[in-house]
Amino acid sequence: MSGSLNLTNDFVVKFANVNGSGSASANSMFAKSVLRMGVPVAARNIFPSNIQGLPTWYEVRVTGDGHLGRRGGVDLMVAMNPQTWDRDIAEIESGGYLFYDSTKVLPESKFRDDITVVGVPLTRICNEVYSVPRERQLFKNIIYVGALAALLGIEIEVIETLLAEQFAGKERLIKANVDALHLGRDYVRTNLTPLGLQVRRADAVGDRIYVEGNSAAALGAVYGGATVCAWYPITPSTSVVEAFTDYCAEFRIDAETGQAKYAIVQAEDEIASIGIVIGAGWNGARAFTATSGPGISLMTEFIGLSYFAEIPAVIMDVQRGGPSTGMPTRTQQADLISAAYAGHGDTKHPMLLPQDPGECFEMGALAFDLSDRLQTTVFVMLDLDIGMNEWLTEPFKWDDRRNLDRGKVMTYEDLESGVDFGRYKDVDGDGIPYRTYPGVHPSKGAYFTRGTSRNPYARYSEEGHVYVDNMQRLLRKFETAKSLIPAPELRKSKTATRTGVIYFGSTTPAMHEALEILASKGLHLDALRVRGFPFSDEVYDFIAAHDRVFVVEQNRDAQLRTLIVNEGDVDPAKLPPVLHFDGTPITARFIAAEIGTRLGATAPRSPVPEAAE
Amino acid sequence: MTYLAKPRLHHPSLSPNDLGFTRRDYEGSVSTLCAGCGHDSISAAIIQACYDLNLPPHRLAKLSGIGCSSKTPDYFLGASHGFNTVHGRMPSVLTGANLANRELIYLGVSGDGDSASIGLGQFAHAIRRGVNMTYIVENNGVYGLTKGQFSATSDKGSKSKRGVENHDSAIDLVSLALQLGATFVARSFSGDKAQLAPLIRAALAHKGAAFIDCVSPCVQFNNHSGSTKSYDYVREHNEAVNRLDVIAKRAPIEVDYAPGTTTTVTQHDGSVLALHKLAAHYDPTDRIAAMTYLAHRQAQGEVVTGLLYVDPEASDLHDSLQTVSTPLTALDGKDLIPGSAVLAKINADLR
Repeated sequence: MSGSLNLTNDFVVKFANVNGSGSASANSMFAKSVLRMGVPVAARNIFPSNIQGLPTWYEVRVTGDGHLGRRGGVDLMVAMNPQTWDRDIAEIESGGYLFYDSTKVLPESKFRDDITVVGVPLTRICNEVYSVPRERQLFKNIIYVGALAALLGIEIEVIETLLAEQFAGKERLIKANVDALHLGRDYVRTNLTPLGLQVRRADAVGDRIYVEGNSAAALGAVYGGATVCAWYPITPSTSVVEAFTDYCAEFRIDAETGQAKYAIVQAEDEIASIGIVIGAGWNGARAFTATSGPGISLMTEFIGLSYFAEIPAVIMDVQRGGPSTGMPTRTQQADLISAAYAGHGDTKHPMLLPQDPGECFEMGALAFDLSDRLQTTVFVMLDLDIGMNEWLTEPFKWDDRRNLDRGKVMTYEDLESGVDFGRYKDVDGDGIPYRTYPGVHPSKGAYFTRGTSRNPYARYSEEGHVYVDNMQRLLRKFETAKSLIPAPELRKSKTATRTGVIYFGSTTPAMHEALEILASKGLHLDALRVRGFPFSDEVYDFIAAHDRVFVVEQNRDAQLRTLIVNEGDVDPAKLPPVLHFDGTPITARFIAAEIGTRLGATAPRSPVPEAAE
Repeated sequence: MTYLAKPRLHHPSLSPNDLGFTRRDYEGSVSTLCAGCGHDSISAAIIQACYDLNLPPHRLAKLSGIGCSSKTPDYFLGASHGFNTVHGRMPSVLTGANLANRELIYLGVSGDGDSASIGLGQFAHAIRRGVNMTYIVENNGVYGLTKGQFSATSDKGSKSKRGVENHDSAIDLVSLALQLGATFVARSFSGDKAQLAPLIRAALAHKGAAFIDCVSPCVQFNNHSGSTKSYDYVREHNEAVNRLDVIAKRAPIEVDYAPGTTTTVTQHDGSVLALHKLAAHYDPTDRIAAMTYLAHRQAQGEVVTGLLYVDPEASDLHDSLQTVSTPLTALDGKDLIPGSAVLAKINADLR
């Protein structure tokens, strides 16, 4: 039809499937084949809290320009699920394409007249070639990958290589899959013509790797020296521990004895998980747990103990849609406040905010140094989008000169030399006291750890000034944390501007793309990516240097903005929130539209600087 | 007062043990519990057991939850690291501590509120994992610090000091521990130090999850008639199945009981438990029989005490996880960090 989209290396394909039908590995192979042609992709699973039968989608953005955020909109729908047919068809951009199984004839009313419809009789082809039902289902997925390759100009050899890698050593399976792949390709070659959407070989991927944030964070824990992991299964964090288990089995087995240099315990609940982590941290091991929002709620009392008794712990929080059970398989950045201030009484905890799997690795390792250094719980705040989707990210890096920074620990020799040991004494003025590991010395350095108020020598005390001194010291320690948390990252606009935007985490790629869209419309913003909590002075300097600073995040209550307002001297009116919280990853289109509209609406006032607060 | 250290006056008659420590070296701060509290007797038995065992005090870690009982680790073993955790959660913290350093000896002290109510889940799971520990519940059937509410181990029909009757069934932690797979299970009475101290000694020497339920009357809120956890009631209804002597490894076995009434059990670490039988035909290595015996006696209103069950060949959580013999906490970067060359290979596999 006329008016069809003609796009090369810049389009969105969405697969609509049924959960448990084996489509996931075929779809992932499709995305990887584009990557192997040197064209960046951003792929996202959109799945239900279900094992089999409910609808699931997989969205692949082919992006020669390297925009890794979700774009919004669909140019080609691969509609394999009759349950969701109507809404899937409705989602296609005007001029877009529909790929479907044309075995069964559908009435014209089931289609749209402003899209191109491409039918391949997948079921018929399968039924003609395969007799076993399971084979019919699995190979149907590979057949559509073959058909799509032919329609989109993906080199079939690339997929053949991927199949050979996936089934290495299983020649029979490789051949069966390649045959299925060819069935799809050959049908298209004989009966159809390529679409206006095309993948063209490029060199835009570089040495980047393609990995899930949960795996990357787990590998970070291995490099960070974690030896104890206690956990309770919860979506979307479970694969952190699965990956940690696999990496440990590979890299942490003693070569001589075959014994494990790690201990992983699946606990009875999240409370026991964090309890085990705190017990191990108290005793000198590096320990962590992985969880999601409901787990944080349950761990809250222990996190308060870790704060007050000053025990290192690392929590990887893979955020999902809340509150309560919320949307377990959808993404949000909605645990910021509950993590930052977890616990009754006056508490606050450092958080690291990775933007992609590369930073999940980096911060996954760094969290252990920080928690030892600061003797407190450190959160690594992932979300489902980063955690459970494969992202194109910078390769992992490690400096072999780096060792574990255990912070302030008094050894046998220190104690023997006669140094005065007070577990909660601020010797260096940075609020961080010295600790001893249990069992270190026969007569010196033992102390009683408790969640009750105590003096600098760890002895129970409810005297007002003793309590206040200790609470003030904890604030000094939090102040010290500001210098240890990764600094924010500034992207200055090429054109001078008095408008800024603050964002963090998985919003990053969509934000960067939105900045380009806005700039193309003459709307310029300086942008600051916050990488951790507590916020350093740079965050407040950035706000002070602008008249208005949008705060973009993926929750309803503007939690990052709340933290910024709460922790510094800022007029909230200066920080308009931009909020996306429907459970899908935020898109560049959404951000650009929100900010564009608001800047447009106030355009006449913008040359005049707003009154300084 | 806990912030007052005990005077370090050594009585000339305080004799040192094989390591050269006197009993005083195993003591802690002055107790803040009520005069006559059963818990203080248990602390004294712990001190006695550690002294007798020639344990270097700093090689033991003592952990507790919240409550009167959980305050006691401050009152013994002042040279040990201690951790007064949160209510009902000592078992998980102890589990983590044990995973971090398998070389220390772990003593968990808890109460009936801490272990049978808020912490019942953690009690159960730490035991079924076989954490190598001695877990003592100082069981008085009452919430002391909050002034006299019933706990989950209060017997049905027993009366509070104010005369209120308990309508809920009691949880028997000993039966639970047996069912959950504890490999050393004992019950004792704080008023019977001669029975209790050897049991603690044997439990500390045991590899695996050792549980001791110690009935410990609360002199303030649960020592009246109508209580089944009072000194008088327990003395009247105590049915000891055996008396225990613990003989250190290598020491010659000399048992002064009449032949035919003594059985010996050699534990994993070589220590020998000499059991003087009081109840005929009671075999402490038969878990099923122990459960049946307990149920029968309990139905008759008796409080069975002694070493109820021991598996001398028990394994622990470290065996299940096959961890290295070096404590995990002693491993450093070169043991734990795979390095940049491995990372380069991982990167290559992810392209």
